[in-house]
Amino acid sequence: MAQSGGRKKIQPHIVEEWTGKIYASFCIVLLVVTIFSMVYYVATKGLSTFLQDGIALGEVFGSTNWKPDGEPPVFGALPFILGSFSTSILAALIAAPLGICAALFMVEIMPKFGKKYLQPVIELLAGIPSVVYGFVGLSVIVPFYRDIFPGQGLGILAGATVLSIMILPTITSIATDALAALPPGLKEGSYALGATRWQTLSRTVLPTTMPALLTGVVLGMARAFGEALAVQMVIGNAPHIPRSLFESTSTLTSVITLSMGNTVMGSMQNNVLWTLALILMLMTFVFVFIVRWLERRAKR
Amino acid sequence: MPNIELSTKDLSVFYGEKQAVKNISLDFASRQVTALIGPSGCGKSTFLRSLNRMNDLISGAKITGEIWIGDDNINAPKTDVVLLRQKIGMVWQRPNPFHKSIYENIAFGPRYHGIRNKKKLDQIVEESLVKAALWNETKDRLHTSALALSGGQQQRLCIARSIAVSPSIILMDEPASALDPVSSAKIEELIADLKKDYCIIIVTHNMQQAARVSEKTAFFLMGELVEYDDTSKIFTNPSEKRTDDYISGRFG
Amino acid sequence: MSAKTVDKIATAVIVALSGLIVLIMAGLLGFILVRGLGHISFDFLTSPPETIKEGGGIGPQLFNSLFLLVLTMIITVPLGIGAGIYMSEYAKPGKTTDFIRLIVEVLSSFPSIVVGLFGLLVLVNVFGFGFSLFSGALALTIFNLPLMVRITEQGLASVPQAQKEASLALGLSKWKTIQSVMLPIATPIILTGTILAAGRVFGEAAALLFTAGMSSPRLDFSNWNPLSPTSPLNPFRPAETLAVHIWKINSEGLAPDAPEIAAGASAVLILTVLVFNLLARWLGRVMLKKFTATK
Repeated sequence: MAQSGGRKKIQPHIVEEWTGKIYASFCIVLLVVTIFSMVYYVATKGLSTFLQDGIALGEVFGSTNWKPDGEPPVFGALPFILGSFSTSILAALIAAPLGICAALFMVEIMPKFGKKYLQPVIELLAGIPSVVYGFVGLSVIVPFYRDIFPGQGLGILAGATVLSIMILPTITSIATDALAALPPGLKEGSYALGATRWQTLSRTVLPTTMPALLTGVVLGMARAFGEALAVQMVIGNAPHIPRSLFESTSTLTSVITLSMGNTVMGSMQNNVLWTLALILMLMTFVFVFIVRWLERRAKR
Repeated sequence: MPNIELSTKDLSVFYGEKQAVKNISLDFASRQVTALIGPSGCGKSTFLRSLNRMNDLISGAKITGEIWIGDDNINAPKTDVVLLRQKIGMVWQRPNPFHKSIYENIAFGPRYHGIRNKKKLDQIVEESLVKAALWNETKDRLHTSALALSGGQQQRLCIARSIAVSPSIILMDEPASALDPVSSAKIEELIADLKKDYCIIIVTHNMQQAARVSEKTAFFLMGELVEYDDTSKIFTNPSEKRTDDYISGRFG
Repeated sequence: MSAKTVDKIATAVIVALSGLIVLIMAGLLGFILVRGLGHISFDFLTSPPETIKEGGGIGPQLFNSLFLLVLTMIITVPLGIGAGIYMSEYAKPGKTTDFIRLIVEVLSSFPSIVVGLFGLLVLVNVFGFGFSLFSGALALTIFNLPLMVRITEQGLASVPQAQKEASLALGLSKWKTIQSVMLPIATPIILTGTILAAGRVFGEAAALLFTAGMSSPRLDFSNWNPLSPTSPLNPFRPAETLAVHIWKINSEGLAPDAPEIAAGASAVLILTVLVFNLLARWLGRVMLKKFTATK
């Protein structure tokens, strides 16, 4: 066989094979190294608040007092943490019914019409940059809330409204996939028993697809939690816990966006901002974990 | 005694725990057609796919035993499968031409193996198509997409493609079963023609086809080789009862 | 209430909410286009912005966005396709591969602001690339890689096994098989996905605030020497992109026509994304037709 003749010099195809393998492995190693260094750098920076600057864990997570320029400075990040959670949860609460209804419409009620008109609309919503959402929120939603509710219009509800439109495509597309993947026999069985469409949907279809629908909602929430600029533009950016949904407040992302550029790398305030970034990162892990858990449930 | 091109010794294939092929020892002569027959799931295709190490692609598949070509055991781990596969052509049940032109389908292999000369490539393309009885139908449209050919033409193109890299053995996995009777008959004629130059191993569950095209027949059942003999003997006077049962249509 | 009535009400609610989404979308697009299109002119698209006077344009920002997009894609595409090939063709099923999959998923869920901060720390400071297009492109690469990997994997998964086997059986190496047989078949899917990813890059701002920076030096558009600090082609200069510009004039714009500029710039951004979307759909259809053509 030819291989015995090839002992002296390396066969060109073996060189080629190795080149390809090394190239592909290099790319994946680079990706893995990047992720690990991201976690490493953000974690070391974020933890230095507690380890180097000696700020108490309880102060950052327990205090509502944010006075970075005070004497002594106080770094209570609770308003931001609450702001992030309240806006993203509220956004998910608004977007979930809308997104699931859109999915039901596209899969169950008018598939042809839905595929032709609603689907492209949703895809387009997904493509709109977040600063554009922020701009529209600032020029339409905030004045609208200011006119009909007491307060400045800026605040949690404005943020949640903008975010809900942003995460709508995520929730809709995952819900659509889940509904479309249902075995047809399931629905037919229910219709055969004389159930109406809504009875079939509410008693059979929605319960069966619930884990998958929740996956979409959690992914949407994760996106809302991490969104920075659109929220920052409409939230008002006051560093305290608001008394109403229409009062200026802040989120983790908004305070990072605004202050990171104005603080000196290595200073105490800068380190606290990294701690907030670390919280964002840890929440990402939590969201991914929940999504994985839900996906396992959905498979069963 | 004809020249032995390829032989297996105690060849077994495992998918995980399941043994799909059990200790098969067979010799395949050059310039001869050997048919592998048996009911579906009997391991004949799996056996065939081991001969050019195609089962390497299936994760969890394990192949034990020896496969000899000349003085090389090609089932040894150190075997260079790329070089091995140049010597063994393969044709599948469903025609699978590349999504390229007719010309490119055939020139693709030889060009990779180092033939860059345009004239030489043209010549290989023509020879291969002539051998595969496809030249007359395609010579005016060599640079159009191969996917526009009919199923039977595509299958002959796949045969042309594999002989273009000048193998000595051609494996065929039910090459005519997805085709209409006319195309199928053409493939059979082609096989009869090709055996002048190649050692052909064909898997089929069409027994008439096996009887028509092959010199030797091996009957597989549940991963075992039940009987191997001259085709005429297998189909007229098999020595095993199970072979007789299968051939006369009592099961399978 | 009878089951029939409930059914009708439920259907009506579902239809109404779906209609609401279309209305929101229409309102959104309408608002931006009505407010913005009027402001778009050749002058607006080419002239530099003004800080306190009226009549500033978005010329440098538009250029920066396009240049950054090209830079990012030049880095992202080969890396993403390479990593995707690894995941689809070389990774053996097992713990390691599952783990890689998990962390790629984590990376794709990281908020873009966190990616931007990492860029600030490592690209801008540790590697010393400074606030520059290059830092921005690398940050966007990190942000986009998981998507690119997934697109490549999807594309390769769509290649029929028979094509792969046919090539290997001819004695082609695995790498050559991937390169010359599998990738061409996967191209329509990979290309469509890449264009959509490009749209995402074009509109991204949070990852750029602290990497590409929030300002541009005065650019001299007659200077095409990529090493000169005033050359638009210099990848190591800071660059404010269109999306960052929209954010900046909304939060600290002093020009009296800031809202109009923001609207005009938003319209440009949306139209570009729209073009990317349509281009991706059209290309996907055309290429699919070409590859599966029977004539």
